[in-house]
Amino acid sequence: MSEPTRLAVRKTYKLFIGGAFPRSESGRSYVVHDAKGAFWANASQASRKDARDAVSAARKAFGGWSGRTPYNRGQILYRIAEMLEGRRGQFIEELRTAGAGKAAATAEVDAAIDRWVWYAGWADKLGAVVGSANPVAGPFFNFSTPEPTGVVAVIAPDSPLLGLVSVIAPVIVTGNTCVVVASEPAPLTAITLAEVLATSDLPGGVVNILTGRRAELAPWLAAHMDVNAVDLTGAPADLVPSLEEAAAGNLKRVLRPEGEDWTADPGLGRMTAFVETKTVWHPVGV
Amino acid sequence: MSEHIFEYAPAPESASIVDIRPAYGLFINGEWVDGTDGRSFKSVNPATEEVLAEITEAGPADVDRAVTAARTAFETVWGPMPGRERAKYLFRIARLIQERSRELAVLETIDNGKPIRESRDVDLPLVAAHFFYYAGWADKLPYAGFGPDPRPLGVAGQVIPWNFPLLMLAWKIAPALACGNTVVLKPAETTPLTALAFAEICRQAELPPGVVNIVTGAGETGKALVEHPGVDKVAFTGSTEVGKQIARAVAGTRKRLTLELGGKAANVIFDDAPLDQAVEGVINGIFFNQGHVCCAGSRLLVQETIAEELLERLKARMTTLRVGDPLDKNTDVGAVNSAEQLEKIRTLAQIGEAEGATRWSVPCRLPEQGFWFPPTVFTGVAQSHRIAREEIFGPVLSVLTFRTPAEAVEKANNTPYGLSAGIWTEKGSRILWMAQRMRAGVVWANTFNKFDPAAPFGGYKESGFGREGGRHGLEAYLDV
Repeated sequence: MSEPTRLAVRKTYKLFIGGAFPRSESGRSYVVHDAKGAFWANASQASRKDARDAVSAARKAFGGWSGRTPYNRGQILYRIAEMLEGRRGQFIEELRTAGAGKAAATAEVDAAIDRWVWYAGWADKLGAVVGSANPVAGPFFNFSTPEPTGVVAVIAPDSPLLGLVSVIAPVIVTGNTCVVVASEPAPLTAITLAEVLATSDLPGGVVNILTGRRAELAPWLAAHMDVNAVDLTGAPADLVPSLEEAAAGNLKRVLRPEGEDWTADPGLGRMTAFVETKTVWHPVGV
Repeated sequence: MSEHIFEYAPAPESASIVDIRPAYGLFINGEWVDGTDGRSFKSVNPATEEVLAEITEAGPADVDRAVTAARTAFETVWGPMPGRERAKYLFRIARLIQERSRELAVLETIDNGKPIRESRDVDLPLVAAHFFYYAGWADKLPYAGFGPDPRPLGVAGQVIPWNFPLLMLAWKIAPALACGNTVVLKPAETTPLTALAFAEICRQAELPPGVVNIVTGAGETGKALVEHPGVDKVAFTGSTEVGKQIARAVAGTRKRLTLELGGKAANVIFDDAPLDQAVEGVINGIFFNQGHVCCAGSRLLVQETIAEELLERLKARMTTLRVGDPLDKNTDVGAVNSAEQLEKIRTLAQIGEAEGATRWSVPCRLPEQGFWFPPTVFTGVAQSHRIAREEIFGPVLSVLTFRTPAEAVEKANNTPYGLSAGIWTEKGSRILWMAQRMRAGVVWANTFNKFDPAAPFGGYKESGFGREGGRHGLEAYLDV
C-alpha cells in the first residue's frame, strides 16, 4: 500500500521592495513557463507605481548603507554568499526547471556564490586601488576617494542567477542602493535570490527587485529624477536609445555594456561605473 | 589619591570557556607531533605565576620538518591553488575566529596578562578583520599594483612577539597565505597558547596540511627557522636588537626580509589641543597593553606653555587607571608579560631616576603574585637620558617640552627609531605640516594607537622595513 501523495505547497512569487515582499499594487501577474512549456508560476507584473515605491525605498536606504564602514559592507556581502551556499540545492533545482542541465546549473550556482565572495572582498579595497594621494604643486594635502553614486536602476540580463548577481553585487558593494528589473522571461530566481538577501543582514531597501515588463518599467526608471544611474545591461536593444535619452534628463550615469561573459573575471568596471571621485584639499603649514 | 576611585565590585570574565591542555606538541603538516629531542618549557600566567601548560621546544630537526612540510604544501597544493579557493579558506578562518572570539580573548589574557577588555575589544576583532581583509586579496592580486600576475615567494619563516600574540600571528599569516605562500611560524615563548589554538582553527577550516606550521620555542628555535636554507622569506616582529641579528643572518642569502621592530614614538601636544582629549590620547598611547607596544607614545612632547596644566590632568587621569586582574572587565592595565620584562622596566626606571629625571608612579595597590609595574611618568627628562632614547616597553612615560613646532620636529625625530608619532592640535594645516616632517611610518593626529587591516603599518630607520596591512602589506609576500 503506498502513502497518499502529498500535495506540494507552492510559493507565491512577489516583488521585493524595502525589505518586504509585496504583490504588485496593480494586482497584475504574468505566467512563467518551465523549460517544457508547462505552467511554473505567476510572476508579479510590477507597475510604474511599484517602480516609484522601489526608488523611494532605495533612496531611504542609501544614507545608512553608504554610511556603513566598507568592512561592514564586505561582511554582509560575504554573508550573502554564505546564505546562497546554504540554498545551493534550491537554486540548482530552479535553474534546472528553467532548462539548464545539471552540470551547467551547478556551475552557475557555484559561480554566483563565488561572485559574492569576490565582490565582498572589494568593499574595503577599491578605495586603495582607484583612490589616490595627489602630489599637487603647492602646500596642500590632496587626496581622492571613490564614493557611491546613489540610487542605481539596474535592468538585469537574462542570465537568471549568475548574470543577476554579477550586476547587483558591484552596485551595492561600494554603498549604492538599487532597483533591479529582473529578467522578463526568467524572473523567478530573482525573487528566490531576494529571500537570500532578506536573510543576510542586508538592510531593507538596499536591493529592490521588480518583476514584470522591461519595456513598461525601464522608461520610468530611466526618467526618474531621484535615480542617479542606470545599468542597461539587460535592456532590449531597441529600447536603449530612448532609455539613454530619458537618462539624460538628470544626467544619470549610464552603463551600457555589450557581449558580457558572466564567467570571466569581472574586473573593476561595474564598480567604477557607479562611483563618484571626491577630491579633498587641505592646506599644509604651521 | 587611590581612595578617590569608586570601589567597583570585581567583574571577572570566566576562564571556564578555555580548555588549556597540560602539554602541547608542535603543529607540523597538519598534525600534532612531539619534538625530536624531547625538550620543553612552561608557559606561565603572568598575573598569577601559575603554570599554564608544558610547551614543546622545537629544535633544528623539528624546524627542518616544518619547513619541509611547508615546502611540499607550497609546491603541491597551496601555490598552484586558484586565488579564489585560497580566499575561501581564509574567509573560513576569519569566521572561525569570530565564532570563537570570546574563548580566544580569554586565552590571550591568561597567557599574556593584558586586560580582557582589550583582548576582547581590540585584539580579537582586529585578528578576524585581518584575515577577512587579506582573504579578499587572494583572488585580486593582479589589481594590487604589483604587475599582472604577481607570484608568491614560497615558504615564509615568521617570528612574532609576545605583546599581541594572536594579532601578530594574523598580521603575518593572513597576507602570506593570501599571496600563496606557506608558513612556519614561531610564537613567542611566553605566549604560545593562542597560536596553538590557531592551529586547531586551521584544522577546523580543513586547511591543507603543511600550509600553516607552528613551532614553539625561544630564541634558538627562531634562529634555526630564519637561518634554515629552505626558507624564502623571513618576517620578524620584535626588538631592534634581534632584528639586526636576523638582518645579519639573512645577509648574503636570497631570502626576502621584513622587520617590524622597536620604537620610541613622540606624542606631540600643542597648546591649542583639546586637553582632555589629548590626555586620553596620551594615556592610551602609553598605558594601552601595559606599554608593551612597539608604537607606544613613550615620549610625550608637550608645548611649554601648557606643560604644567597637562601634567596635572594627566596625573589625575592616571590615578583612575585600574591596575590588576587582567580577567576583570574593569581593568585598564594588566600584568607585565614576564619576570624578565618586569626586570627590564625596573632597571630603566631606576636609571631614569639616577640620571636626574623625576619619577611619579600611581600609588596603586599591586597584587602580591604576578608581574606588575604601576603606571609611571618621568618629568624633567633630557634628550640625553636613556629613558628618552631607549625603548622601555612598559607603562613608563617620559615627558619633554618644546616651544616651537620646529623644535618639536627636531626632538621628535631625534631617535634611531621611526615607527610612529602622534600630533595633537586643533589646526589641520599644522597636523599635515608636522606629519610631513615626522620621520615615522605611522602618524596619528588627534588619536593614537589606531590599527586597521586596510592601513599599512611599519617603520622608518631602525624600527625596521616593510609594511603590514593594506595593499602595501602584500608586497612583503610577493615576488616583486
